[in-house]
Formats: sequence, C-alpha cells, structure tokens
Amino acid sequence: MGRGPAERQGDRVEMSTTLEKERSLTELEADYEETALTLGLPGGSRAGGWDQQERKRGFSETVHLSDGSSGIEPRGGGDLGDESPDCAASGAGGPRASKARVVGWPPVRSYRKNALRGCTYVKVAVDGAPYLRKVDLEIYSGYHQLLTALQEMFSCFTIRDRRLVDPVKGTDYIPTYEDKDGDWMLVGDVPWKMFVASCKRLRLMNIAPRAPR
Amino acid sequence: MAIKKQKELDIEEKSPENRILSFPDEVLERVLVFVKTHKDRSAVSLVCRDWYNAERWSRTHVFIGNCYSVSPEMVARRFPNIRSVTLKGKPRFSDFNLVPPNWGSDIHPWLVVFASAYPFLEELRLKRMTVTDESLDFLARSFPEFKALSLVSCDGFSTDGLASITTYCRNLTELDIQESGIEDLGGSWLNFPESFTSLEALNFANLHSEVNFDALERLVARCKSLKVLKVNKHVMLEQLRRLLVRAPQLTELGTGPFSQDHKLRSHIDLESAFSNCKNLNTLSGLWEVSSMYLPALFPACTNLTFLNLSYTALQSAELAKLLQKCPLLRRLWVLDTVEDKGLEAVASSCHLLQELRVFPADPFEQEVIMEGGGNGVTESGFVAVSEGCPNLHYVLYFCHQMTNAAVATVVRNCPNFTHFRLCIMDMRRPDYLTNEPMDEAFGAVVKTCSKLRRLAVSGLLTDRAFEYIGTYAKNLETLSVAFAGSSDRGMQCVLEGCPKLRKLEIRDCPFGNAALLSGLERYESMRSLWMSACNLTMNGCQLLARKMPRLNVEVIKEDESDDMHAEKVYVYRSVAGPRRDAPPFVLTL
Repeated sequence: MGRGPAERQGDRVEMSTTLEKERSLTELEADYEETALTLGLPGGSRAGGWDQQERKRGFSETVHLSDGSSGIEPRGGGDLGDESPDCAASGAGGPRASKARVVGWPPVRSYRKNALRGCTYVKVAVDGAPYLRKVDLEIYSGYHQLLTALQEMFSCFTIRDRRLVDPVKGTDYIPTYEDKDGDWMLVGDVPWKMFVASCKRLRLMNIAPRAPR
Repeated sequence: MAIKKQKELDIEEKSPENRILSFPDEVLERVLVFVKTHKDRSAVSLVCRDWYNAERWSRTHVFIGNCYSVSPEMVARRFPNIRSVTLKGKPRFSDFNLVPPNWGSDIHPWLVVFASAYPFLEELRLKRMTVTDESLDFLARSFPEFKALSLVSCDGFSTDGLASITTYCRNLTELDIQESGIEDLGGSWLNFPESFTSLEALNFANLHSEVNFDALERLVARCKSLKVLKVNKHVMLEQLRRLLVRAPQLTELGTGPFSQDHKLRSHIDLESAFSNCKNLNTLSGLWEVSSMYLPALFPACTNLTFLNLSYTALQSAELAKLLQKCPLLRRLWVLDTVEDKGLEAVASSCHLLQELRVFPADPFEQEVIMEGGGNGVTESGFVAVSEGCPNLHYVLYFCHQMTNAAVATVVRNCPNFTHFRLCIMDMRRPDYLTNEPMDEAFGAVVKTCSKLRRLAVSGLLTDRAFEYIGTYAKNLETLSVAFAGSSDRGMQCVLEGCPKLRKLEIRDCPFGNAALLSGLERYESMRSLWMSACNLTMNGCQLLARKMPRLNVEVIKEDESDDMHAEKVYVYRSVAGPRRDAPPFVLTL
C-alpha cells in the first residue's frame, strides 16, 4: 500500500475490508494456522495487536488545534496523496482534537443521537451450545472487553491468543460476525467502532485444533 | 330571498359606521368558518366586540404556543366549541438537555378542564409536553369522539399509556408518537379491536420495543384509509413487504431497517411491493441501509416530495443513484456521511428542492465509522447546493467549517431564504480561511434575504453580527444564538431592531442585565425569551419582573453555589399569572 506501519499507527485506516471480505470461512478452516486471529490493523505491525486496536489517538497524532486556529499538522511525515482520504480529510476537518463536551452542544436532539447508534444488541451463538445469548456492543470500548465479557458469559472459556478456548473440551472458538450486508467476517479485522456499527450477530465458530479426531 | 332583501335595505339605511355592526351574527359565523389560521382568527377577534363574539363561538381549533401563557379555564371560557387543540410546552432548548427533568408542562390539568368543557374533543397535538400514562388513559376514556393524537418530543408515558389509547378510542384516525421519550414496558399496546378500521395515520418510528407484527399486519389490512405508516427499527424487510402489499395506497411511509433480512426471499419481491405504491410522497426510516436493497425503493420514488434520510448513513454514490429517481423532490434531510460529493449530487438532481437539512452523523465522536474519511460536509457542499437549487428557502446545515465568502455566495444564489439555520459545530470557530469572525456571513444573510423569519447563528461572532441582524432582519421571528457576541450591545441591537421577533433563545453569550433590561418594551409582544449561561444576575431578573408584572420571569436554579448568578432564565408573557405548578428549582420572580 506504500505506507509503512509507522504511518498506519493511530491512523483512521481506510478499512481494507475489501481484502478481508474475500476470505471465506472455508478458506479459514483450511488455512487455520495462517489465519491465526490477531487484532492488529491489517497489513500493519501485529505486535501487541489488542492495544493497537483500541488505543485512542494521542495528542501528537491528532490534528492539534485550539478553538479558532486553523493550523494543520500533517501526520507521520505522510503522504497526503489521494490514497489517504482520511488523512487529508482530517487535516481539513478543522479543530477536532479532544474537546470537553458541553451540555447540549452541538444542538442535536437526543432521539436522533440514539437512533443512529442503532440497536447494538446482538445475538451470540456458540457452535455446539443449545442457547443463544445477547450482548450490547455499545457498552464495550474494544475487542478485549468484548472477549472478556463473552468469556464470562459462557464461563467455560478462557481467552488464549485472542481466541476463546474451552480447556475441558480442547476446542478453540473463533469469534466471527455477520455484517449488515450478510457477509461473515472475522471479529477484529476492522476498527472497533466500525465493527459495532456493522455487526448484526456473533458466532463463536468451533475450530478444533489440529489433533487427530 | 325576501329576508335577504330586507336585510340589504336595513344596511343601506344605516350610516357607514353602523353597517358592520348590523351584520347578522349567524352570517358572520358562517363566513368565519373559512377563516382558519389562528393568526387570521386573532385579527378577526380584534375588529370589534361583535366580531370577537362571533369568532369565539365559531372557532374549532385553538393553538397555544406556550402552555403557561394562559390557563385551561380561560381557554374554555372564551372558546366554547373547540374540537382541536395544539399545545406547546417546554422551551425549545429542553431538546438539548438544558431544562432539568420535572420542569413542568404537564398536560393533565388541561385534560381535566377539557373533559368538562369539550367532551367532543377530537384532536390533541402536543409538543414538548409531559404526558403520563394516567393522562393517556384519562384521555382515552373521557372523549368518545376522539380522533387524532400527536405527541412530538413529549415524555412521561409508556407503552401502557398507548395501550389505553388503542383500546378505548373507537374513532381514532391518527396516532403519532414521533420523537417522544417513551418508556418501553414491553407488552402489546397495539390493541385495536378487530372491528376497528378508521386509522389513517400511524407513526411509531421512534419506539424502541417490538410491536406485535401480526396485530400490525391485520390492522393495516383492514384500515383501508390508512395513508401514513411509519414503523420502527424492529420491522424488517420481509415484514415491510407484507405491509406494503396490504397498503399500496400509502402516501407516507417510514420503513424499518433496510438491510439483510434472511426471511426476505428475494429483493424482486420487495421491489414489486414498492412499485405498487404509486402514491408515496414521503419516505423516511431506512435505518442501516444496505446498498444491495436500496434499488428496491426506486419504483416508489417518482412522486416523492419529501425524503428523510437522516437516520441513514448513506454514501455519496448511493445518494446520487437514489436522487436520480426522485425528480420531484422538494424536501431532503440527510446525514453528513454523504459529504460534499453527495451535496453535489443533490445540486444536479434536485432542481425543485426547497428545503435541505444536513444532520451530523457523529456530532461528538472524533472517530470515523464509515469508509472513506467521514469528514462531514463543508462550505463547498453548501455552495454547490445553492447553485443547483435556486428555490431553496429552508436550510439546516451542520458542519465543522465555513467561510464568510461561501455564505455570501449561497444567499446570492438563493435570496429567498425564510429559515436559515447554520450550525458550525466547533464553538466560536472563525472563517477557517481568513480567520475572521463569521459576522459578514450572517450580515449577508440578513441583507439579502428580506423574507427571513428564522435564523440560527454560530461560529465566532462579535456584536457586529447582531448589529446587522438588528438593522436588516425586519421580518425575523425566531433567533437562536450560542457562544456568540462581545457585549450587551449585541443583544440590544436585536431587541431594538427586529420588530417581529417572537422567540429569542440564547446560551453561553456575554449578555448581561443591561441587555436583558433593554428589551423591557419588547417582551410582551414576544412569546418567550430564554437565556442560559449568560451574565445575568438575580437582581437584574428581579428588576425585570418588578417593572413588567405581566411577564413571568423564571429562574432555574440547579445548584446552590452562586446565589447571585441567574444561570437559566425563562421570560414569557402570560395572562395566567405565575405558575402554580412550579417545581422547587424554578423560581418565579
């Protein structure tokens, strides 16, 4: 993509979900090892995948502006070419670095705010389990919290390598989700907020580790 | 005919001044039936005593813009034959959480009076009122002819209250609970009996809970006069398709989510259902639109005049495709996910456009949730629309950046604005290119748009902006101001210069007692004044209250810390005297 991992960090990545979408579940099952779930940004450094995913952009990385000024700080030495609409866009976007929230500003009515957030309760199905659960994605701030909650909910799991593992049965579960276009995706491939906005239901897919059956 | 001639003779014999007085009441009342708007009726009632009486006997609809400006008993005394009531309660800034809960505007005392004065009441339209389940139950049982209930931005009730309405109102034609805060107690409230067929309008779009779909489907099937149907997010595409098949006569439709539904066999079925709806002029809902299903809508778009996409995170390309199918569009509401490119599509497709509202998809968060950036809209989208849509007269525009030059261009292209509401979401942001205040932008608006009735300003503004408003905005009725102005002079200019001002709402501005008191003469000709987080003190408000006894001067005191400061002040004219139901945190001075 022409941009190194350094530029990617903290960026709002144009979701390269196009690439990820091509991967079907059968491919997953076939190439289990190669598609070991990590939660780093696609193509970027995978070290400390969880943290990268959820880390809020620090001051130095955001467009740093106080009210009233229109200075723009380019980021990461970058490439503000047409490939990075988000970079250019945030540059031109104006002072949106962390601001204190003021009551009732901007003047958007609360039913409208709630309407957009949508119904973030999703059903969670676990392969092999007879019951479904529901989780409200809104209440979690990242993938780690979600997995932790799932672990607590289905109490037989432990989190290992960002998969859910049932140590008793010796099976691994990969969290997958159905998005609003009806495609099944791996949990963790897109930024958290985008995931919340597009996830319709979760399925913990049973992948037995490669052991003789 | 003989009688008529007699009366004509009588009239001719009398002197000119007496001709009006001898006009028979019955005739006058018959004529007045055709005078409908409350402004015209007010004018009629002021001509002379006979006309006042004829008017009050013949009035069937009363509009009360501020529920505390008059008491229900006074209304009942003056107007004996009311069938329809419109009431508005809380100040508008309560929509943005600036008014504490339990502030008031309870409908119940009104219902009690109406139950005895207007037992044949048919319509009740409420905005920003508190309505409890007990009140809804009382309403349903007290008015056997009741037909239309509209609750916009109301709160205090639950689905139980709705159940009372659907169970007992045998003649209901309209039930509209949009944008209200409804407590969801589950259960089934859609309890219309199977014999009930009179429904013409049903809007429960903002209800959080699921409705019994079978009951809804049967209801829609048997109500052949149903014209307006706006469902909520729980009605999926296959269910929507079934409803449309039963109600092809709909003129206004609000869908549920427009995304993947396993139960929908094919989108061709859906498209076919839409193509049967030849009378649709209004379309809304469309949560979570999936581009796969959007084309199913196209056959129904030919006659659309109002398209509300303000819940739909649409991209510019999808919007462009959709708009090409809507040649007759007059009103368009969108989210800023469509960006400037989307607005360019509006400009090229919607030449008849009169109203545009662009809402922020993500007003508080910094993060992008959609592909491709998500920067919202800018001044260039605004200019583009003005170039393509010369009939534009109503705009509500949320953005993060604007320039004086762009606004000047917009109003040059569209000089007929009656409603101009620009919200630069970053507080006190100047022209981002020149770094100057946005004074000249709003100066251009008021100088060019002589028909301007409603204005909302934003961005960095000095007193100069308000000087412009006071000098040029002679038809201005409503003004909203936030984080603007430099001194008392700003507010004074407006109060002195805008003769038609009725509603003034101000927050977080450096206007103090001098500004407040400069409007002494004005407030009785206005509906209300709201000032919060300004520089008002209790003394200043008390002085106003003393000098103007027919105004209610109310201070909302939420914390005990600063006794002298008047944090939130609400001033309004009233013939009912001070409120008798004020909660402890509302001090009437």
